[in-house]
Amino acid sequence: MDIFVQQVMSGLATGGIYASLALALVMIYQATDVVNFAQGEMAMFATYLAWSMLNAGMPYWGAFLATLAVAFVGGVVIQRVIIRPVENKPILTIVIVTLGLLVIFNSVAGWVWTYLQKPFPSPFPREPFRLGTVVFGAHDLGEIAVTLVMLVLLFLFFRFTPLGLAMRAAAQNPVSSRLAGIRVGWMLALGWGLAATFGAVAGLMVAPILTLDPNMMGGIQIYAFAAATLGGFTSPVGAVVGGFLVGIVENLVGTYVSFIGTELKLTVALAMIIVVLLVKPSGLFGRAHVRRV
Amino acid sequence: MSRRASVVLAIVVIVAAVGLPAFTSGFRLFQFTQVCIYAIALMGLNLLTGYNGQFSLGHGAFYAVGAYASAIMMDRWAVPYGWTIPAAGLVCLVVGFLFGRPALRLEGLYLALATFSLALAVPQILKYFEHWTGGSQGLVLSKPKAPWGLPLSEDAWLYYVTLFVTIIMFVIAANLVRSRVGRALMAIRDNHIAAETMGVNNALFKSVTFGVSAAYTGVAGALSAVAIAYVAPDSFNVFLSVTLLIGVVIGGLGSIWGNVLGALFIQFVPNWAQDISKAAPWAIFGIFLIGFMYVMPYGIAGALRLLWIRAVRPRVTGQGGEAVSPQVPSPSR
Amino acid sequence: MNHTKEDNMIGRKLVAFLVAGALAGLGLAPTVGAQTVVGVTATEIKIGNTNPYSGPASAYGTIGKAIGAYFKKVNDEGGINGRKINYITYDDGYAPPKTVEMVRKLVEQDQVAALFQTLGTPPNSAIHKYMNEKKVPHLFVATGATKWNDAKNFPWTMGFQPNYQTEGRVYASHVLKNHPDAKVGILYQNDDYGKDYLKGFEDGLGDAAKKMIVLKQSYEVTDPTIDSQIINLKNAGANVFFNITIPKFAVQAIKKAHDIGWKPTHYLNNVSSSLATVLKPAGLDASKGLITALYMKEVTDPQWKNDKGFMEWVAWMKKYYPEGNLEDQANGYAYNVAILMTQTLKQCGNDLSRENIMRQAANLKNLELPLLLPGIKINTSATDFAPIEQEQLAKFDGERWVTFGEIFDAFRKQ
Repeated sequence: MDIFVQQVMSGLATGGIYASLALALVMIYQATDVVNFAQGEMAMFATYLAWSMLNAGMPYWGAFLATLAVAFVGGVVIQRVIIRPVENKPILTIVIVTLGLLVIFNSVAGWVWTYLQKPFPSPFPREPFRLGTVVFGAHDLGEIAVTLVMLVLLFLFFRFTPLGLAMRAAAQNPVSSRLAGIRVGWMLALGWGLAATFGAVAGLMVAPILTLDPNMMGGIQIYAFAAATLGGFTSPVGAVVGGFLVGIVENLVGTYVSFIGTELKLTVALAMIIVVLLVKPSGLFGRAHVRRV
Repeated sequence: MSRRASVVLAIVVIVAAVGLPAFTSGFRLFQFTQVCIYAIALMGLNLLTGYNGQFSLGHGAFYAVGAYASAIMMDRWAVPYGWTIPAAGLVCLVVGFLFGRPALRLEGLYLALATFSLALAVPQILKYFEHWTGGSQGLVLSKPKAPWGLPLSEDAWLYYVTLFVTIIMFVIAANLVRSRVGRALMAIRDNHIAAETMGVNNALFKSVTFGVSAAYTGVAGALSAVAIAYVAPDSFNVFLSVTLLIGVVIGGLGSIWGNVLGALFIQFVPNWAQDISKAAPWAIFGIFLIGFMYVMPYGIAGALRLLWIRAVRPRVTGQGGEAVSPQVPSPSR
Repeated sequence: MNHTKEDNMIGRKLVAFLVAGALAGLGLAPTVGAQTVVGVTATEIKIGNTNPYSGPASAYGTIGKAIGAYFKKVNDEGGINGRKINYITYDDGYAPPKTVEMVRKLVEQDQVAALFQTLGTPPNSAIHKYMNEKKVPHLFVATGATKWNDAKNFPWTMGFQPNYQTEGRVYASHVLKNHPDAKVGILYQNDDYGKDYLKGFEDGLGDAAKKMIVLKQSYEVTDPTIDSQIINLKNAGANVFFNITIPKFAVQAIKKAHDIGWKPTHYLNNVSSSLATVLKPAGLDASKGLITALYMKEVTDPQWKNDKGFMEWVAWMKKYYPEGNLEDQANGYAYNVAILMTQTLKQCGNDLSRENIMRQAANLKNLELPLLLPGIKINTSATDFAPIEQEQLAKFDGERWVTFGEIFDAFRKQ
């Protein structure tokens, strides 16, 4: 029983990592109807900026906030300068542009900071909590809490603020929104800015666990995609639940399904996602895509 | 482009391709062999994405299945390489159809990510069945030599074999998309409900397209196993799938020639990028990608088509005022 | 009719062209004359290399760059017997098909005299046959697989570092001697590197392997964490832990084991023995007691601070490779192997034929390199194509690696 609880706990912690980046992916999808393949690399890049600030002697929370601010501005600028010229082009054209961004960020980070991994500090205590024989890493708990806070903020923002509503409208129906007086272009840029900010938080939470290197987010982005797909790309709650589920299922498969063992656990986790999609084609929490003919 | 013009173009390109070994040899020829292989793989992806509007981020998986099917047949059962190529295509046809059938329920993004899972899982599966696949060490194969005492170098022979397969695959594809079937595929892409109303069996067409698309990519994979004479899981990571997607979009969706252009792009542009900067080759490649998409948002073939229309238009009377837009598909989001 | 006549003419021309093309494609098999000296002129020697400068393995790319920086130093000092080294390196992104393409370019277009330090087991496997068919030296490859030491079947390929299987055997013999009734848990990366270590270790345990190994857990290099595996290993009751992970996961494994109160005898593979990138981030306290096998001086270990070889390396790094990281063991590795290559070429004297380059590479006697552990020497012969075969166990005392026991020599033991 202990092993089960411990595995679930560890799955939640890893799932929290997936969820935090999945939130950024969902954010940008909701705000601009685009899947940003460079999301993970932007987060990695922002984390390097934080590392440089910390290295220059800034206190942790100062660097944290400054990084979020820079990430926001960076996201807005990227949308206005790089994405805008292809904004109305076919979706795959935009996808290729984000892939271009992915390789640029990855390569430039390696060039500037070298590929050698760097330790990154955690804002949470080092000593783990113990509950009977079950152990919780303090950073793991903190990182899960941060993910949940981000989720609540995102939910409140889209549900209750006029800006959030305007952003959703701009993404879903740009023409009508424009007629209703919404500045669609800036709404899209704002979406990129916010997603970049969320991504930066994810990066800052991931780096203490994985240590910082230019390929840090590559694997995580894959899992974040899985999480968002499982939960539904239109639902922030779905992204977070999806992240936790992927984390837990993967651990339990590796632990209990002994004939598979660890060598196929990724495959099994992915197969399960596809099975879920066959039953619910828009993910667990996603809205079905309804189109008028 | 008119039918006649494209036939002429095809002949010119084929003649140039056949004559190529007169001007180059060795590794250059090997590079063009790879261009042919990529072109077949892109043709497969284009049938699915460009003509039928289904996204796939996982065609690297079919490429891998084709390569391993061919490699295992050669390595374990000593099947002559020539036979393994169509056999690998058949294997992928079945795998693709079986995957495409349930994937029917998925659309756009969800389909893309489901196929992406396939691309991720395949290397792991390959490593697992070590007895067949050689595990992470891969399988080392022998390069074919020219038969019947033909005085051709290995490279030239391999190039002609690949070119021959490429031409056949392209002729089949070109005829397919111009046929009733092709029109049905495009009707599904443009408006699947209208297509269904007109009597097109969406489900059947879509899953068969998936199978055919996988078969093309599988044939390409098999050829690559023969050409490289080595297969390993590391050759088929996610970047392969991403590269194929880049090739098909840069080349031009819904265009036969786009596949050749896209294949040239993914073969040669990364090499130029590293010639420009060893320090950050990917940064240069990324700039190329973004630049191409700015200048040619509908791919190279789309841009050429636009130029062609502009060039021809003055001779067409009575349509002067119309805006020119290339006939390229833009699958719905 | 005009129309058909024209078509006929086109047809005839076409056939003529095709025939011409096909004929020209004939007899193109390059002739590698045994006597011609390829890649060498009176003033230069061409050496080729591939490294991953892009893609998921780009962390290793620094090796290719550092080698270039070392050759620059050699050239600044007058070259080798008056010839400058022209070092050509290409990016293969760790993808075997790209390696084949780039290596063929090096051999066929650039006409290098030898290939040196091509990186990675899969990329090198893809060109193994080709290099031996072309009879081009394929020297000191950067991989820990065992197959490079096969002078009989592949007389043109030679390894460099101690292979992973040997290292696995070193740990196994230590386990057998010191923990005869150990319960062993293993964590390994699911690829050629992880499986090689695993094989060496299991072979080393021999018949005891079945009884001793209680659980094996794998991870993918793309996995974000390995917490789950560590929990399972502890749960299986293992009291000896063989940790086959790259630095990123080694940090997590050491930390996690410490956090959940699992205190096995912990063998950590050499790949992750760096103080700066592994032990410090994992916590020096948690790292105390780790056992590894070393053949190089660990460049961030304080005990080498005043070592002559180490200081030489630092001085060179500062002058020739300032953008490189002084905490990166890979840059130390590159320095060692570049010196080895330079020595081999020096030994060739004025006969830089490919045959002689191979002959000299197989004729290295008791060579010491600045960043090899004291006592570890390079030896090769016509039948021994594994330059470094010695390793020494070391234990981490909370501050530095303390070597103990005698130097393990794989070649002598056989």
